[in-house]
Order: sequence, then structure tokens, then C-alpha cells
Amino acid sequence: MIALHRRRFSRPLSAVLALTAASVIAAGCGSSSTTGGTTPQGPGTAGLSVPTAHLPVLQKVGKGEGQLNLIAWAGYLEPLWVKPFEQQTGCQVNGKIANTSDEMVSLMKNGGGGQYDMVSSSGDADLRILYAGDAHPVNINLIPSWKDFFPAFKSPPFNTINGVHYGVSLQWGPNVLMYNTKHFPTAPTSWSVIYDPKYKGQVTVPDNPIQIADAALYLQKHKPSLGITDPYELTQPQFQAAVSLLATQRPLIEKYWSLASQEIFDFKNGNAILGAGWPYQVSQLKASHFPIGTTVPSEGATGWADTWMLAAKAPHPNCAYKWMQYISTPKAQAEQAVTYGETPDNKLACPIMNQLQKGSCDLYHANAPIAYFNTIKLWKTPIATCDNGKPECVPYADWVSAWNTQVK
Amino acid sequence: MAVTTAAEPATGTGREGVWSRVSAALWRRPWARATLLLTPPLAWFVLIYLAALVVLLITAFWQINPFTTNIERVWSLTNFQTIFSNPAYRSIILRTVGMAAAVTVTDAIVAFPFAYYMARIASRRTRTALFVAILLPLWASYLAKVYSWLLIFTHNGLLDWTLGKAGVGQVHLIYTNWAVYIVFCYLWLPFMVTPVYAALERIPPSQIEASQDLGGRTWYTVRRVLLPLALPGIVAGSIFTFSLTLGDYITPLLVGGTSANFIGNIIYTNIGIANNVPFAAAMAMIPIAIMAVYLLGARALGAFEEI
Repeated sequence: MIALHRRRFSRPLSAVLALTAASVIAAGCGSSSTTGGTTPQGPGTAGLSVPTAHLPVLQKVGKGEGQLNLIAWAGYLEPLWVKPFEQQTGCQVNGKIANTSDEMVSLMKNGGGGQYDMVSSSGDADLRILYAGDAHPVNINLIPSWKDFFPAFKSPPFNTINGVHYGVSLQWGPNVLMYNTKHFPTAPTSWSVIYDPKYKGQVTVPDNPIQIADAALYLQKHKPSLGITDPYELTQPQFQAAVSLLATQRPLIEKYWSLASQEIFDFKNGNAILGAGWPYQVSQLKASHFPIGTTVPSEGATGWADTWMLAAKAPHPNCAYKWMQYISTPKAQAEQAVTYGETPDNKLACPIMNQLQKGSCDLYHANAPIAYFNTIKLWKTPIATCDNGKPECVPYADWVSAWNTQVK
Repeated sequence: MAVTTAAEPATGTGREGVWSRVSAALWRRPWARATLLLTPPLAWFVLIYLAALVVLLITAFWQINPFTTNIERVWSLTNFQTIFSNPAYRSIILRTVGMAAAVTVTDAIVAFPFAYYMARIASRRTRTALFVAILLPLWASYLAKVYSWLLIFTHNGLLDWTLGKAGVGQVHLIYTNWAVYIVFCYLWLPFMVTPVYAALERIPPSQIEASQDLGGRTWYTVRRVLLPLALPGIVAGSIFTFSLTLGDYITPLLVGGTSANFIGNIIYTNIGIANNVPFAAAMAMIPIAIMAVYLLGARALGAFEEI
């Protein structure tokens, strides 16, 4: 429940904040406004280097320091997997729960950054921490389970820059299409159902400006003439098209949900039969034997991905490495995935998930082939500089005002 | 304290003696007493309360860099221009004020006969019971109350189920502004009943008798004697119902539908999601300005004698 709420409130926040990541980036670019960056590292990072990239990595994991200070999302440090780690390694875990990506970024800077060892930040905050010089390079060879990760999460652009790792990927999840199977005996194959006037007053979607990306993803497939290539990088006409689509969707919406519990409530009580949500809601509804169906339609979906990042001045590096080794193992990955309701990055976690909870591997797509992953567009912060270096994209602040004044 | 000093004038030594002399000194200097008494609350008021408001006021004239969301300390009226030039924000302000007014009028209409019954007709025991009934909900969690309304309004919930049984047909109020309105009226009713009751109780029965003796019929007496005398109480209650509705964002968030964007919700999304504190501060100025005007009007109607 708590974990839930953090998802809900932190994602949009974190998005904005990673926008502030852009601040770092902007500071880096300065007023020269370089167009046409050369390094394909992600939006707006052209011409920028990670200040800590040259730091030497650990060559061998030594004796643990006895302590490990972690900044984590609520629900990420459950006794189920933290207790065995403490017993195995003698590293006492001191958890600090952060509620937003912003809080994570500022905690990593606290006291000159020497207080915490690691942070479980999301893809939209990682670059901010990285380019601010608060993350330390990681010797990925010291983490045996890393080789069992799905290829997409071995060296993702949000935690690996120029081949240098700054942490180890953790878990991820999609924003899925949910439907009441009583009304939809067969799964809808397209997001078009949530824009269909036939279901007026029966649709629920998140109350979140990042929904504009969902509309853009839909338009990418259905209106190729707009030329959308990335739902988080929209030029003004593309952005307006997505916003107009959402404005026409508004009369169909029963409720823009703010809390995951609201969406569960609305499905259970029949206020909504169709909507966008997270695997968590699906698992909660399934647990109460509600006829809920879930699918990632043909257009794909948006999603998030978290990483355990190593702090630049981590006071307990050996324990930190032991934690990375531990949390990437199939068992720990499976336990967190099932408890939280997200997808593990380790492909060997699947059978263990099924032992913990029957069918959970399928439910959270832990055995999903790369084709499934490719349909998920992981959240990142919309910033003014597009991928091609041109300052033509609509920044997140405009997403928020459009959501408030043109959609809702 | 002065008595102690007078009774033991000689024991001016030790701890007690010091206190005696201090209290004696304070007794002789009323201004020093007043300073000591007022300094802590005044300091709290100025430093914490007023300073926060001033910071809010100043922030409203800054902007954020749309690219980085860092606050830029450059003075301008951009935020206010956005608020007043964008029709969406204008309609949100009007919607909020309209809702606050509707809730206030409804609560006044409901509270008046209720308070009248409590003040003039009910026995002492009934009055106590009614007071408990009015004040008890204030002891329950705000969220619990709003969520229970959610259960009443929901699809096939208590309301629709009852109406369906009665053959009226379902109204499906959940996620509408009607639902928001009903919940607001419910939530703030105690804040109206209490001051109206206080005002009605203070009216001497002789005045009503005098009106009737002079030929005033029931309605005439209510209109010309009772209402004018109770008006300060109604206005005092309306300050609460109006301002509470003006600032609330949780009820619209939970029971409101697609057009449940109120001033509070805009402030909430701009701080919580967009990180645009200056715009949120500018938006927060709107209810402050509205309440300032409202309070001036209320003062003219004598409401502050009832609080």
C-alpha cells in the first residue's frame, strides 16, 4: 500500500525532478546551446561528461564494513530479503525511505555525499545523480548474477555511460491496459478502447501529466504522419495532437485516479471496466478473485525501471558490493518482484517467483522475451532539447500546465 | 504573587526571594508584564506565521526556468498574467468560489433551523445530545468520512441501491461535482451550526415576545427580529465554511470527477508534481485575496463578535 502510494506520487514528481537533471545538463551545456551533440547518450546529455567517470573501481570485494546505508523506495527493503543478507554478510542495513526522486537526489548530496552508500533511484532520476557527480563507477565483473540479466538491463543508458556502470539494474514494470473480463471476454488488442466513445463513463486513467506520453505512443502508431519517434520527445504539433486526443477522451473518463487504491476500488465497484494501471493493481484485484484482465496492447506501453546506484563517496563500499551481488541473485530478485509486483531484471528469477506465488512469473512478465520489453517505453523526463540536439521539444512544465488546463 | 510579596517582605534571600522581587518588580511595572507575556506569541506569530506568508508573497513574483525547473529570482507578473489570461484558470477560480458560496448558503439554510431548535426548543438533555451529534464527526478522521461517502455514492452503493429499491432510479452521483458539493456541506456543517447557535441563544426571549405583542406574525418576527440578530453568527459560520471549501483539495481528489479541478488541486499539482512553486504561490494568493475581501465584509456585518 505504502509502496503504491510512493509509486503514484513519486513518478510524476521524479519526472519533473529529473527535469532538474536537465538543469545539471543545462549548466553543462552552458549558453553555447550546442546543437547536434555527438554522443548518443540520451536526451540533452550531448557534450556532457560524468565528473566521476575516471574514479578507479573496486577490484576485489573485501571484508564487509559491518554497515550499509541505503536510500530506498518504500517496500524495497523488506525483511524477507534484507534479513538473510544481514545474516550472510554481517552488513547491517540502515534504510532511509525516500518518497520522491527529488528527495533521493538531494539525500545523495547530503553532507557532501559521504553519508549513504546506495540509492534505488528510477530511470528518470539516475542521470541527474550521475551528471551531478554523486555516483561512483561500478566494477560489474564483481557481480556474478549480472550475467544472468536480460540484455536490456545489463548496460541500460540510464545507469551506464560510455560503457562505465554506475550501479546495477534492479526491477522494472509496465503501465498496462486493465479490463474487466466480464465485459471483455477477449483481451482488447489496442489502446483504442480507452478512446472509444462506446465506453463513455467507464474508463479510468492515471491523474498524471505523463499520460500525454501514453497518448503520444498511441498516435505514433495510428497517426504516422505526425512523425512521433519517442513519446517523451514531442515537438509542439506532436504535443498538441496528443493533448487534443486526451481532451476528446475526457468525456469518457469516469475518474482520473490519483492513488492505486482508487483504481482498485473503481474496478471492484463497477465504476470502471477499463483503464490504464500498474501490475500491482492487477495482482491486488486477482488476489481478491476479481475478474480482471491485463494486457500490453499492440502499440506497446509506458513503464519505469529502477537501479541500485553506488554513491560517489560511499563509506561502506565492500558492503555495497555485497548488496549488489545479493540483490541481483534470482532469489532476492524473485522475492522483491512478487512482494512489490514488478518485473525482475534477472531472467533466472522466474521459476523462483512461481514457487513463491503460483503464476507470478507470467503475471509480472518475468519470462517475457525481448519482444515484450521492446514494447515498453520506459519513463524519462521530457526536456526541451530533443534527442537530435534541437531545442524543439516540449519540456515537462508545459506537460503539467497542458494537463491541468487543456485535458482536465 | 503580589500577596506573597507583601506577606514576606523580609525574606529577600535565596531562590524564593529572587522570585518575590521579580514578581514585585513586574507588579509595579505593568508594561514589563505585558512585554513578557506577549513576546513569545508575537515572536511566533511574526517569525513563523507572517514570515511564511511573506515568503509566499515574494515567491509568487518569481518564475521557474521551464527547462531546468530551478527557481529564477527575477521579478515579474508572469504567473498572475497566466492565471488571469488563461480561461481554464479563470473557470477554475470561478468554479471554486461558486462551490464555496453554494456550500456556505446550503450550510446556513440547514444550520439555522437546527440551531434554533437547539437554542430555543430542545430540552437540556436533547440539546446536549444534539451537540454531541454535531461535534462527534469532528473527532473522526477527515479521510474516513470522505471515504465513507465514496461508498455511499459508488456504483450500486448505498444511495443508488436505496433509490433503486424505492423505484426512483439510480442517480450515479460518484465522481461528479454534486458529490463534491454534498461532501463539503456535510464536512463543514458543524462549523456553521455552532456560531449560529451561539448567536440565537443570546437573543433575549423578551424581544421575540415584544415583536409578537406588537402584532408581528411568525414569519415577520423571524425576518425582522430573529434573522438580523442571528446574522453575525451566520456570517461568522460562513467564514469557516467558505474558507475551508476554498482551500480543500482532498475531497475533489477523492470524490470529484473529471471536472473537479479546484484552486487547491492546481496548487497541489504545481508543487507536488510540476515543482513549480512560484506558480503555486501565485495561485495561493487568489484565495487569500478572496478571503481578505470576504473578511472585510464579514467585519462590517459584525461577525467577529460571534467568533
